Amino acid sequence: MRSKGVSYSKYGYIFSLPFILAFLVFSLYPTVYTAVIGFTDMKGVIPKPLHFLDHPFQNFKDLIFHNPSFRQSLSNTFLIWVWNFIPQIVIALLLTAWFTNKRLNIRGQGAFKILLYMPNIITAGSIAVLFGSLFAYPMGPVNSLYEMLGWSPFDFLQDKTTARGIVAFIQFWMWYGNTMIVLIAGVMGISPDLFESAQIDGANARQTFFRITLPNLRTIMLFTLVTSMIGGLQMFDIPQLLNRNAGGPDNATLTASVFIYQQAFRGSYMYNRAAAASMIMFVIAAILSAIVFYLMRDRDAARVKKQEKKLRKAARAAAKGA
Amino acid sequence: MANVNTGSSAARGFNKTVIYVVCIILALLSIMPFLIMFVNATRSTPEIQSGLSLIPSTHLSTNWQVLVGKTFSPFRGLLNSFIISAGATLCAIYFSSLTAYGLMAYSWKMRQPFFTFIMCVMMIPAQASSIGFYQFMYKLHWTNSFLPLILPAIAAPAVVFFMRQYLLATLSMEIVEAARIDGSGEYATFNRIILPMMMPALATQAIFTFVATWNNLFLPLILLTDKSKYTLPIMVSLLRGDAYRTEFGSVYLGLSLTVLPLFVIYFLLSRYIIAGVALGGVKE
Repeated sequence: MRSKGVSYSKYGYIFSLPFILAFLVFSLYPTVYTAVIGFTDMKGVIPKPLHFLDHPFQNFKDLIFHNPSFRQSLSNTFLIWVWNFIPQIVIALLLTAWFTNKRLNIRGQGAFKILLYMPNIITAGSIAVLFGSLFAYPMGPVNSLYEMLGWSPFDFLQDKTTARGIVAFIQFWMWYGNTMIVLIAGVMGISPDLFESAQIDGANARQTFFRITLPNLRTIMLFTLVTSMIGGLQMFDIPQLLNRNAGGPDNATLTASVFIYQQAFRGSYMYNRAAAASMIMFVIAAILSAIVFYLMRDRDAARVKKQEKKLRKAARAAAKGA
Repeated sequence: MANVNTGSSAARGFNKTVIYVVCIILALLSIMPFLIMFVNATRSTPEIQSGLSLIPSTHLSTNWQVLVGKTFSPFRGLLNSFIISAGATLCAIYFSSLTAYGLMAYSWKMRQPFFTFIMCVMMIPAQASSIGFYQFMYKLHWTNSFLPLILPAIAAPAVVFFMRQYLLATLSMEIVEAARIDGSGEYATFNRIILPMMMPALATQAIFTFVATWNNLFLPLILLTDKSKYTLPIMVSLLRGDAYRTEFGSVYLGLSLTVLPLFVIYFLLSRYIIAGVALGGVKE
């Protein structure tokens, strides 16, 4: 009560100040600067004063309508992401169904979780070079296996489909363990009463999974979907380092981030074009994060409502008691 | 009735076998690439080209000499990566806790809009601002410096979000009030009372920030051009260069050196890491 006269609210601002300053300097300003560069003719290693284009949207127009490698980089990014996400969510859901099924009582879950999650923590760049070496042609570990099976060696990294497939596989392999752990945590959060009443009603494992587990995981799965899309949009290390020629055969593994990197920092130093491509990527990411934001806001609101209900109940009980 | 029971339990036994087989295959899939990598680090290039083997050979020291004789300097990379990751981790967890505490402990006008804003910028990819960031750092003469890789960690929205969720569950204002009555300043209260209380959350976020910074390739690759400033992931990218085109053994050894520290960290802390992943996903 004594503290009533003192206002502490200024500390809210003071404590948030470092964050705000760092954000303005290292995040907001560079983003705005990138957007501005997108409207200029900035290129070359030697810095020149900013000069805006006569047609401000020229870089964007060129990229979208006249640049096949940019369009290909977007479609590659999307394709590789789809090829990684579908097996990822299927395997993760399957493992979740198995590991959370009490009747099955799978042993060694802890060890399996540790091993399946492991690739996620290893440097993506190292993994890319490792897979590049494993798929070496004409002789590498994978081609040795191939020969043992009686097939002739195959140059996986120089074939469009297999090169894309390998990038997608690495992405899948690094992330399904993560998705599985998130989904298992989600199942743990579902009220046990639901499972109990399903059991009393005589539901079998399949019915319980499809009628109870899956619908209750919907928000978490949507969250996984969108975060995975934003992560996939930034895919850089693996396509950049898997092949000696980043971009792969016929640009088959050229992703949006690799495109930006190559335009700005390799060869022609086309900062303006790279900046315009970054802004297009930014808009896509912003749309995706807007979706996540709405999802999470809904959940927060729901939780607040729940708490209010509880409080009201408690108050009513207390009133009754009194 | 009894019939049905035995039928279903036999089916369950069969199912369980299938499940264990699938899990073991997936576990092997996680281990095998790394196992081949470690074994091949000890084999010579002709041995590697002659076929697959899981038995270590004797060429570790030759591979090492070839590896460090060219562009790859593992200790430099290790040291640089460590400086950057440790610096970024300290910045991220300290200032994120401070911001989260500011959001939780005080009621100020901009509190809710600020939190909404943090949620909004949480997902913005670093690549989206990289061109402007590079040009800005170039003008400041901060390329080839570690500062632009460390200081931006002060504003880590996802870490603030996590810390806020943690404080939401654990912070009791009575402790803060008690500290105030004892004459403790607000900043001292945060440092001496709140920060120690947040240790579990700090540890979890420290692990994740450290590993994420350690593994980051994009920003170091565009900012650091001086060889003595290279981080481990940039060193790894050198293994893809012409210098190592035919030196398979050395490439595997170089990769092993970059993977080994993460393996040690992971197998020491895997329980906390898995728990942290579960927490991060559910965000409750």
